[in-house]
Amino acid sequence: MRGVLGFLAPKLLRALIAVWLVTTVVFIVMRLSGDPVPLLLPPDAPTSEIYRVRRELGLDRPLPVQYATFLGNALRGDFGRSIHFREPAWGVVVRYLPATLELGLTAFGLALVVAVPIGMLSAIKRNSAVDQAAMGVALVGQSAPTFFLGIFFILTLSLWAGWFPTSGRGGWEHLVLPALTLGAFSMASIARLTRSAVLDVLRQDFVRTARAKGLPEAAVVMKHTLKNAALPVVTITGLQFGTLLGGAVVTETVFAWPGIGRLAIQSIYNRDYPIVQCTVFLSAVLFIVLNFAIDLLYGVLDPRIRPR
Amino acid sequence: MASSIPASVPVDGVAGVEAPAVRGGARALRTRRLVVAGGLFVLALGLMAIAAPWVAPQDPLRQSLRARLAGPTLQASDGKAHLLGTDHLGRDVLSRVVWGSRVSLTVGFAAVLVGGLLGSTLGILAGYRGGFTDSVVMTIADAQLAFPFILLAIGIIAVLGPSFTTLIVVIGLSGWVGYARVLRSQVLVLRSREFVDAIHALGGSVARVVLGHIVPNVFSSLVVVATLELARSIVLEATLSFLGLGIQPPTPSWGVMVQEGREYLHSAWWISTFPGLVLMLTSLAVSRTGDWLRDLLDPTLRGE
Repeated sequence: MRGVLGFLAPKLLRALIAVWLVTTVVFIVMRLSGDPVPLLLPPDAPTSEIYRVRRELGLDRPLPVQYATFLGNALRGDFGRSIHFREPAWGVVVRYLPATLELGLTAFGLALVVAVPIGMLSAIKRNSAVDQAAMGVALVGQSAPTFFLGIFFILTLSLWAGWFPTSGRGGWEHLVLPALTLGAFSMASIARLTRSAVLDVLRQDFVRTARAKGLPEAAVVMKHTLKNAALPVVTITGLQFGTLLGGAVVTETVFAWPGIGRLAIQSIYNRDYPIVQCTVFLSAVLFIVLNFAIDLLYGVLDPRIRPR
Repeated sequence: MASSIPASVPVDGVAGVEAPAVRGGARALRTRRLVVAGGLFVLALGLMAIAAPWVAPQDPLRQSLRARLAGPTLQASDGKAHLLGTDHLGRDVLSRVVWGSRVSLTVGFAAVLVGGLLGSTLGILAGYRGGFTDSVVMTIADAQLAFPFILLAIGIIAVLGPSFTTLIVVIGLSGWVGYARVLRSQVLVLRSREFVDAIHALGGSVARVVLGHIVPNVFSSLVVVATLELARSIVLEATLSFLGLGIQPPTPSWGVMVQEGREYLHSAWWISTFPGLVLMLTSLAVSRTGDWLRDLLDPTLRGE
């Protein structure tokens, strides 16, 4: 148990520092962006009214005090009241979160389900037409800008073919294009990586031994190759989650998907600090928790890095 | 690069052996042809950006009410050839795409310069000094990676207001981690080599070791990272411009053009599609060139 703690504690510490740094930077950036109060009130509001609202929101206090209050409250999940929605920011963000999770998890699942088998197939049938076609598509998918991919899908699959709606959230058919757009990059990366990971393993001595002792090829791949190829795939998969969170901002904007990415952009325009801080905090925590989970999974998959 | 030390020091002795392992002859040939095609595309794009005023058939800002939303044609209603059609203000899409390459490449190269200078300085510093400096730099790097940078970029731009300089600095800042990580790991290895001790023993200063011996040694890695960063920077510029936070209309930028064409997708698909396709090809060609450079100069960077 002590060993496990020794293995995880430094990672946890770094993760906490990362969350703190990110929230601090966002606090500074948002406070630099000017006074939101005039935006909230009608243009002819009297000065006394402006001062009253400013005091109500705590914006009249010195910055260090605002910062200390902010940090203390953030730890309790209290990010203040949204200036735009006029209710606690936490509640607003939590309301928008399911849409993002739905989109993100679908995109991620889609990417894994499509990419891993394709990567394996490509590796087994190396240099075949299938391999070359798949890797060609993957290359294009990796360098396609998310926003244009979204527009392109809307144009071809929605407007021309009429298969899917152009935007909004609803049934599963609303989910297909955004998930495809958001997942494309991860799909391409995971497919390429799976291919090279499987190829690396197929080159190992124990695979030759397995073949030499007469195991059918299917057993060689399923029993001996997959498990060993999983490690690099799991690593990159964790990193992909961060890319997904960033991509969600763009994808949600293109498809008018009511998630926290779009909420964040709108809140930046509205100078709604509490909401922005809350989304940023939440996505940083989410990302770090996921990476932590992946570190744990790592230990399960590869006993060599497990502490004694 | 006029150093007697090999340009690329394999980080762990055996890594260099792996590169040419398996590769069918036909595949290698096809790969090379693709690389050449990508390189030529990048070259053509560069020339196009420099010669935009002479290459573009028309003024990219000139509006023509009579030729609004004209499809790709050789003879539009204003009597001009619009090979890629016109947009909602009757501006020639081809000319705007050509001028857009100028914006893309300028922002891209400038951002790479900003990020490269910052990232390699911090990376070399972290690798050379080690200890506390290293921890601080790498913790900041982790924090930045732990977070969708585009949100931060949007926040910063919303504060400072969208301008050319802001855009370049923000995109540059978004990429410093890549350089820092690669250079740090290489410097860590180089620092412990005997020639560094030898120089110090002979009275050479730290600056001399870094500039005269470390920088030439890591230069090829730097070129590889910079090329891959260029592709990323170009896409990020277009993305921010698409969101209304980058280049402002009427300046022709590919991202702005895709955004402007969005409302006309059903009636005039060409407004968004052509700049988007060129952007995609550019990103593909530049990143392929980067991959190729990596395999050529420094296979140990694979998987970064």
